[in-house]
Amino acid sequence: MIRYIRRAAAFCLLLLVALLLNAARVQVFEADELNDNPANRRTTIDRYDQPRGNILVGARAVTGSEDTGEQLAYERTYLHGPLYAPVTGYASQTYGTTLLENAEDGILSGTDSLLAPLPLWNEITRSRQPGGDVVTTIKDSIQRAAYEGLSGRRGAVAAVEPSTGRILALVSTPSYDPERLSGTGAEVTDAWARLNAAKSRPMLNRAIRQTYPPGSTFKIVTAAAALDARVVTDPDAATDTPSPYVLPGTTTTLPDEARGCAEASLAEAIRVSCNTVMAHLGVEVGLDGMLEAVGRFGFNDDGLRIPSGVAKSNFDTDMSDDQLALSSIGQFDTTATPLQMAMVASAVANGGDLRYPHLVDRTTTHDGDTVRQQGSRSYHQAMNPSTAVQLQRMMVDVVENGTGSNAAIDGVRVGGKTGTAQHGIDNSGTPYAWFISWAQAPDSGRPAVAVAVVVEDASADRADISGGGSAAPIARAVMEAALDG
Amino acid sequence: MTATTADAPPPELRLPKRRGVELSLLVGAVLISVFGYAAVGLARNGAVPPDVAGYGAGLGLLALLAHLAVRLRAPYADPLVLPIAVLLNGLGLVLIYRLDLETPRDQAAPTQLIWSTLGVALFIAVVVLLRDHRVLQRYAYLSVATALVLMIVPIFFPAVNGAKIWIRIGGLSFQPGEFAKILLAVFFAAYLAANRNALAYTGRRIWKLQLPTGRVLGPIVAIWLLSVGVLVLERDLGTSLLFFGLFVIMLYVATGRTGWIAVGLLLAAVGAFVVGSFEPHVHSRVQDWLDPFASIDAGQGPNQLAQSLFAFAAGGMLGTGLGLGHSILIGFAAKSDFILATAGEELGLTGLTAVFLLYALLVARGYRAGLALRDPFGRLLSIGLASILALQVFVIAGGVMGLIPLTGMAMPFLAQGGSSVVTNWIIVALLIRVSDLARRPRPGQVETGVIAPILEDER
Repeated sequence: MIRYIRRAAAFCLLLLVALLLNAARVQVFEADELNDNPANRRTTIDRYDQPRGNILVGARAVTGSEDTGEQLAYERTYLHGPLYAPVTGYASQTYGTTLLENAEDGILSGTDSLLAPLPLWNEITRSRQPGGDVVTTIKDSIQRAAYEGLSGRRGAVAAVEPSTGRILALVSTPSYDPERLSGTGAEVTDAWARLNAAKSRPMLNRAIRQTYPPGSTFKIVTAAAALDARVVTDPDAATDTPSPYVLPGTTTTLPDEARGCAEASLAEAIRVSCNTVMAHLGVEVGLDGMLEAVGRFGFNDDGLRIPSGVAKSNFDTDMSDDQLALSSIGQFDTTATPLQMAMVASAVANGGDLRYPHLVDRTTTHDGDTVRQQGSRSYHQAMNPSTAVQLQRMMVDVVENGTGSNAAIDGVRVGGKTGTAQHGIDNSGTPYAWFISWAQAPDSGRPAVAVAVVVEDASADRADISGGGSAAPIARAVMEAALDG
Repeated sequence: MTATTADAPPPELRLPKRRGVELSLLVGAVLISVFGYAAVGLARNGAVPPDVAGYGAGLGLLALLAHLAVRLRAPYADPLVLPIAVLLNGLGLVLIYRLDLETPRDQAAPTQLIWSTLGVALFIAVVVLLRDHRVLQRYAYLSVATALVLMIVPIFFPAVNGAKIWIRIGGLSFQPGEFAKILLAVFFAAYLAANRNALAYTGRRIWKLQLPTGRVLGPIVAIWLLSVGVLVLERDLGTSLLFFGLFVIMLYVATGRTGWIAVGLLLAAVGAFVVGSFEPHVHSRVQDWLDPFASIDAGQGPNQLAQSLFAFAAGGMLGTGLGLGHSILIGFAAKSDFILATAGEELGLTGLTAVFLLYALLVARGYRAGLALRDPFGRLLSIGLASILALQVFVIAGGVMGLIPLTGMAMPFLAQGGSSVVTNWIIVALLIRVSDLARRPRPGQVETGVIAPILEDER
């Protein structure tokens, strides 16, 4: 019997070996595949089992985390949610993340390897670091001025510090409270459905994700192109442009709403916003020259990140001359985000040196040690410095003597440009009111702020809509806030 | 090689009893359990659980009482068996407590502690009252009759989670099939010890296979039919597999006929195929085993087996640490059938290997006692009891890790389940009893220091 007992024991040993080999198979060799299975909820649970780092405006956190005690434990809370939604985006258990919550997710959720004290530290300890913080470049007072200026009308404001590219305000209205999307459950899905169904599209970030025909504000770009290409050498010299102007190769005439545009100089065309002169100048610069110029401002760049992706501002690359003429006054297929037009104003204000716009000043560990500092860097030399100086003078003239008088601030050098963009079939849509501007305090060597405002107010009387009437006062409020800060 | 050489110590007047070793191992087992309990609290709440001292004292007291019973009534018993049982039971309580933290409405650990206490009480009762295991031989037919009744009774009770293996009276529920395991092992051991020569040497010879006479074969076929019958009626694949494997192993050890294994495997294969094909509950288990991720592909989310595999994978080599895994995602059987997944996730392959080795050691000690004993009944009983543990561990661990189709069974000592923990304590008590006799100096040996001659025919 002894022999058979030994054999039975060997059989039991075989069972044990089979178990151990199978355990090794599951826990070692197939582990990665099983861990990566999308149906495995562990990654999601781990992600929410510690408070998320915060997004800061100035020294103050505009986000928070709340332990709900549920399986996905920590839910996001927001201080002044609607005000900062275009900056923070949302961080939702159900719907993922957007904007800064998305772009800086690694830091905020604590998974970024930069947060670990040593390389591979998290791999060894199987732990995550506490979530780090993201310090934005936003200035609370400027953000508020822009938000209150729009006062619930549909529109957007982007404000940039010209000398650094720091984004000082990024507002889109109507807005929403991202806290409604935190967590799970029926309340969240209801809020999501409601926000998505709303006609006013509150979750759309109009400042960086929506493009509008820029209308007459685009004339600054065309003017820069014309001066840089030396199509115009003296801004005060008369141009040989009739008013109205027959679009090249067609019998269509382009009228002016302003008076005195016939043969007007470039400076005069900017001051009163002549369509004819600028359309003609665009054609004279030519498609290649215009494309080169708009590219230096950021048009047709679909890789712009602040670090959230910015929608591509468009200037068509294949056009006939009549289309080019319309494009040169910000119509036809030309579209721009409000941030793009703030960049245009910023480039003029900063002597032609366009700084790369950015929203994150620095990221820190949970303890406040800086992980990454975002320095200022040049995006492009958008125009010759001399061209910038000439355009500054013309833009100041717009505010002091032209269509932008509503943006004037006592004792401050303010340059601006109005725009009223037609859109819709046969231009039937309510026009968008644009205003781009910059301001420089008298005792300062550098401009304080460049602003772009767009108001798409469907309820306003069409005749009242103009960049100077609707948008310029908002820009002035934003500039005043920036000068105070 | 004979029965006694492996076991015989160098001739001396006092054979080592090693009760002190047992005591220190018990202290270690209790300490490991208490550390585990504290680790769960630290990981989950950042503080040692307030009742850690009570838990430690309770487990320690149980271990001490069991140890005293062994020391007084089975002084030569194997010193490893009791500490392993205490460690596995303590670890099981830690894992159940840890899972309780995530299911505030279902607190299983206190109940399990009560059952464990009852188990240890029965352990002490068996060690104290059963002076010689050979007494059990007399009750072979009573055992099998009781086992049959216990197995058949649940048919008249409603199914729980698809299997009719529970008896529910008031708030209490238990699985009589668990106790039937021991009774069947006793019956098999007694029957085979009495009939092994008839089984091995009589009957007709067909080709190379020696078939026994119908009179001896009858009860065996009856048992096989019963195991399949239990499976079909109660949808309990695990228990029927266990009975069958137990029977084949004991038959082989008793007769040494390899042909029996072939016949056994053939019968098992036919039975498993028929049931796996036609019984819907079992059929779905087989389907799950063949493709654990089918329900994910079908958009219904992971099933229990897939969740279990995720848990094991999440553990990796070193585990997430006690209290830091997410094996609760497995769902309703996370504390019972699938408790091993929590061990795998939180203790990793390393901890899981340690757990497997503890079971292996327990099984090995049972086999060792079998080798050292001289009466065929005792040998077959200890082999049978050890094999119950081995088969059970294999069937449930293989099931939750996707090695074989899943069957609802309880991981000995680890899993939540009163009948299971009580039964396993009785098994351990019987192993203590047989090992005490196996290691006890035989009459004449102590006086002379000479190994007693081998009387039994050893093949």
